[in-house]
Amino acid sequence: MTVIIDRDTKLVVQGITGYQGTYHSKAMRDFGTNVVAGVTPGKAGGKVNDIPVFDTVAEAVARTGANASCVFVPAAGTKDAVMEALDAGLGTIVVVTEHVPVHDAIHFVAVARSRSVTLVGPNCPGLAAPGVGKIGILPSKIFAKGTVGVVSRSGTLTYEIVNAMTEHGIGQSTCVGIGGDRVPGTNFVDVLARFQKDPDTKRIVLVGEIGGTAEEEAAEFIKANVTKPVVAYIAGRTAPPGKRMGHAGAIIARGRGTAESKIKALEAAGVKVAKIPTDVPALLK
Amino acid sequence: MKLYEYKAKELFKKHGIPVPEGFVVSSPGEIRKLPGPVMVKAQVLIGGRGKAGGIKPADTVEEAKKAASAILGLNIRGYVTKLVLLEQRLEVAKELYLGVTIDRSKRGLLLMASASGGMDIESVPEDRILMLPVDPLIGYQDFVGRKVAGFLKLGKEQGAQVADIVKRLCELMTSEDAELAEINPLVVTKDGRVVAGDGKVTIDSDALFRHKEYEGLEEDLTPLEAKAKDLDIAFVQLDGNIGVIANGAGLTMATLDSLNMFGGKAGVFLDLGGTDDPEKVKSAMLLMEEADPKVILLNIFGGITKCDTVAKGVLEAIEARPTKAPIVARIKGVNEELGRDMLKEAGMIPASGLSEAAEKASKESLR
Repeated sequence: MTVIIDRDTKLVVQGITGYQGTYHSKAMRDFGTNVVAGVTPGKAGGKVNDIPVFDTVAEAVARTGANASCVFVPAAGTKDAVMEALDAGLGTIVVVTEHVPVHDAIHFVAVARSRSVTLVGPNCPGLAAPGVGKIGILPSKIFAKGTVGVVSRSGTLTYEIVNAMTEHGIGQSTCVGIGGDRVPGTNFVDVLARFQKDPDTKRIVLVGEIGGTAEEEAAEFIKANVTKPVVAYIAGRTAPPGKRMGHAGAIIARGRGTAESKIKALEAAGVKVAKIPTDVPALLK
Repeated sequence: MKLYEYKAKELFKKHGIPVPEGFVVSSPGEIRKLPGPVMVKAQVLIGGRGKAGGIKPADTVEEAKKAASAILGLNIRGYVTKLVLLEQRLEVAKELYLGVTIDRSKRGLLLMASASGGMDIESVPEDRILMLPVDPLIGYQDFVGRKVAGFLKLGKEQGAQVADIVKRLCELMTSEDAELAEINPLVVTKDGRVVAGDGKVTIDSDALFRHKEYEGLEEDLTPLEAKAKDLDIAFVQLDGNIGVIANGAGLTMATLDSLNMFGGKAGVFLDLGGTDDPEKVKSAMLLMEEADPKVILLNIFGGITKCDTVAKGVLEAIEARPTKAPIVARIKGVNEELGRDMLKEAGMIPASGLSEAAEKASKESLR
């Protein structure tokens, strides 16, 4: 078993005729995902990588039975695309697009949650289950099939850590990049709950960053609900307070969101915390 | 994007939140008439201007000109004052705090209110601040305003005025795409009015495409910061001597952590975002040259771009402006070996893993 994606996943790619949509629809299919349709308004009847393109998500669903979507639509149209996917009744939506206005995210995340739809992102690399498939843009070559579930707030840092695990012969069950935006559709707790239930996930890696309180909330959840061993890395332990660290806006404010507070909370929940990302494989052994 | 106080107050006024009457000038000569006794306030994007001498009272035009010329040009914690706001002085009976921000855990708006206004909200004890999440599907309803007014223990009349301001502040947040809207202090005047004494609004920079009104609005950036911003590269100045270029905030911070393990310290970092676009890597290299660090550490984890393409961009950047600083380069992804060989040939120090790269860069920086 895997989480969020499985062998029954039938994927529609929204924005399939763009550069990213075209490239990644093929990369996802090559990784094992059943990509059944693409949507780009005005491009119905065409094909991308032999995948049929439709004007609307509803039409794609009616014709192909799609039940999940990967959204590559540019930020100005992301809210419209996600709402269209929700309206068409899809159960899983992964939003790769970055720079989505925060008020748009608040709105579509709220609607998704009220309908019990799994929405991952925005501004996320997506998820990959080696041997089953992937939804998103994670580079295929870094993965190996295994039993460690990975959940991360970061993009490229996730690749770094998964790559280090694979190089040390440690494979992954599912890797979920929840994205670094302020309003994520899926958070650490949502994914931890799924990993705890998933029989094929034996151990868990959590990759966090300074800023916000998501890691502290994850620690509380782990303490109360997770019996599987957890290893974590928190990026930014040497970052100076009060500085906005990069696009994601990881920032330490009001004494909250520091690496110390996160590490302390995680260690109190029995989590082993790595000092640098390349230490993660050793802590899993 | 942070707005100046006078810009924030223009938005307040547009949304029906009472503000003191006033105007903004860039030179004392522009002051001809006052709306009564005023405060002359430096317009800078940083707090603590009162203590720095950036706020002065004035009763006459002459006094106002004198105050303005003292404040204009004043350096407040690194920000040079270019504009002053002159506005009606309020007869203060009580100072409150009111703010709306984004709540990451509740994934919606968060209302904050306190009866301890007029001071830095960070220093107000938490039990004296009301933190009220607004459910995005319920939105602002009048009961929310009543809760705020109740917490602030206001009388019926001021309570109703505050509730109305809360409502308008929530409207402003969503319709103006703000990520922060704060009134501190929210003044209750001696004659019973409730007026915004100060205003802080930050507009979500991801939503600027639908707010053309902010186009060309001047921001307080150093020339390097401005260049980085134009290129959509996050630029952060730190106090070490290693210039770090990486892609993605998490990876950038992990690179700093790894440097620290080996005794190295970053001086500048450039975060390209999640991209490994060779053109962007090249621009970042050129930008880094200008920051003049002792060592440059390039750490790119590629997704779909080929390493040799990225390496080619790096080489072009170096050709254009030869650097004295040694460059430690680690590019991970497709065609890795090819990229590494190209960099080695050009005299750079190649590394294959993050730890190795951090160790080599630290060593060079301590030389």
